[in-house]
Amino acid sequence: MTGVAVHLNGLRRTFGTVHALDNLDLSIEPGEFVALLGPSGCGKTTALRVLAGLEDADSGQVLVGGEDVTALPANRRDMGMVFQAYSLFPHLTALANVSFGLSLRGRSKSAGRARDMLELVGIDSFADRYPHQLSGGQQQRVALARALAIEPSVLLLDEPLSALDAKVRVQLRDEIRRIQTEVGTTTLFVTHDQEEALAVADRVGVMRAGKLEQLAAPSDIYLTPATPFVAEFVGLSNRLPGTVVGNEVEVLGTRLPLLSPASSASVTALVRPESVVVEASPTGTGRVLTTSFLGPISKVTVTVGELLVVAQVATDRLGSLAPGTPVEVSLAPNPVALA
Amino acid sequence: MAGVIARRARKQRAFRWTVLIVLGVFFLLPFLAMVEFSTRDPQTWPLLVNWPELSERYPALSEGILASLLQASLTALLMLVLLVPTAVWVRLRLPRLRRLVEFICLLPLTIPAIVLVVGLAPVYAWVNYFLGGSSVTLVFAYTILVLPYAYRAIDAGLSAIDVKTLAEAARSLGAGWGTVMWRVVLPNIRSAVLSAAFLTVALVLGEYTIASLLNRTNLQVAINFLGKSSATMSVAVSLTALLLAFVLLLLLSLLGGRRRRASAVEAAPAVPASVAAKESPL
Repeated sequence: MTGVAVHLNGLRRTFGTVHALDNLDLSIEPGEFVALLGPSGCGKTTALRVLAGLEDADSGQVLVGGEDVTALPANRRDMGMVFQAYSLFPHLTALANVSFGLSLRGRSKSAGRARDMLELVGIDSFADRYPHQLSGGQQQRVALARALAIEPSVLLLDEPLSALDAKVRVQLRDEIRRIQTEVGTTTLFVTHDQEEALAVADRVGVMRAGKLEQLAAPSDIYLTPATPFVAEFVGLSNRLPGTVVGNEVEVLGTRLPLLSPASSASVTALVRPESVVVEASPTGTGRVLTTSFLGPISKVTVTVGELLVVAQVATDRLGSLAPGTPVEVSLAPNPVALA
Repeated sequence: MAGVIARRARKQRAFRWTVLIVLGVFFLLPFLAMVEFSTRDPQTWPLLVNWPELSERYPALSEGILASLLQASLTALLMLVLLVPTAVWVRLRLPRLRRLVEFICLLPLTIPAIVLVVGLAPVYAWVNYFLGGSSVTLVFAYTILVLPYAYRAIDAGLSAIDVKTLAEAARSLGAGWGTVMWRVVLPNIRSAVLSAAFLTVALVLGEYTIASLLNRTNLQVAINFLGKSSATMSVAVSLTALLLAFVLLLLLSLLGGRRRRASAVEAAPAVPASVAAKESPL
């Protein structure tokens, strides 16, 4: 199965005075996995619901496989959707849930295909269970099987993992990616969890106030954020004062290349914790304030004068960085964005 | 100390039984009196179950029984056709109107039947004009009368499921609105719909005021009429109607009880937790 291209052109949608979608343009290549990421209320779910036909846009166009589907009702759009809330039909078994869409299409071999789908998501042994007999993760797997069973042209995932606990989340997230790669369906995944979006998507779109701030590969989003908002929203950043010198900015005595030109001489640079180097030194200007253990890596918060700087260090170095230790703080010369 | 607790428990037990017996006597005594009175004439009960002879001897009674049964079933049907799609639609598309709809549906409860009739009389003048004076036309008035009970039952059923998400899931799988209602919403509020229907039937079978004042017939009007010619038969029919309503309400509570038990059983893991954990990674 090969996917189809999806284009959202100039979508607008307002709820009262709020612009949920403000002239949104988004193009998804056939078979691509795109994640929409953004804070709550940024319009990402509205974009997905407009694509699904569950919400009407005030203006704009939705093209699926080159065909204008803007006026088509949800039930004729041929899209599979997995919801944030558990959406399995409570009166039907897992198998009957998966067969539901197939039976509407009058497929005679629906039971066989439904079983294949349950096998694909790895819970064929629970085919005869009712939704309330399944765990949250299992229910979302069945929901995924149900959405894929109808061989949709586009797969829509509306925060399907947000109700699950951390471990199940990571497991299912990786599995969604595996299955999507296997079936090749064009997929739009909406989430507010940046780690989730960066981990699974081919491209990540960061949204803010109904607009797309940046649509790029996960590494580009992280390393070369297009706007200060993207730089601040994705990953953790220190906000440090700096002085612009030509194409560079001087922060804590180190010159760092700029991602975009500065508009004034004195600026606030957004520096990633992994770019901050902390070395214990009796003559250092900084003092370790706190340390947090996070597994293989740890976080160290250092005060330098009035500034608070967060650094990321290998956990085996924590021994030499106890709170109160004087430290020297320097920055790795990675390009930075300005706030 | 133990003695005090035992004495208190004994006292409480005695109090409970006293309340139960007093209430039992209060409710059962009229029933026993009715049974006693209706069996004074040995002909009464055999005649009641002998439909051909009953309808020959008391044509007004048989007409009333048939009218009430027809009214009850048609009212239940009309109520469901009107209320279920409305309640679902309000939840899906007009959530802000929910309070208003609830208020309107509860209004008949606050208006005495006699006042309702005063309002209904001119309306029924038109009903007479267009549809004739058949007692079936009472179905319209009864549908309004049962709204408070039926709405509450159906709304409670809808509250127990996430109608919006279920409907959207079904729509995205290709279901039209008809399919959403018939194959997704209705099966999940089945017991609520049955509750609403049973309450409607019980209410319609016991209705007297509106039917009498609008000069139409039903079971209660016929019983009242019969009381003037055959007191024992009228009491026997009253008792039967009461028992029928009682059985309906008992079925209703059994239905609710079974559902609660079923969900309690199903909520428990079907396989031991340790086995389930091994079977599934999640």
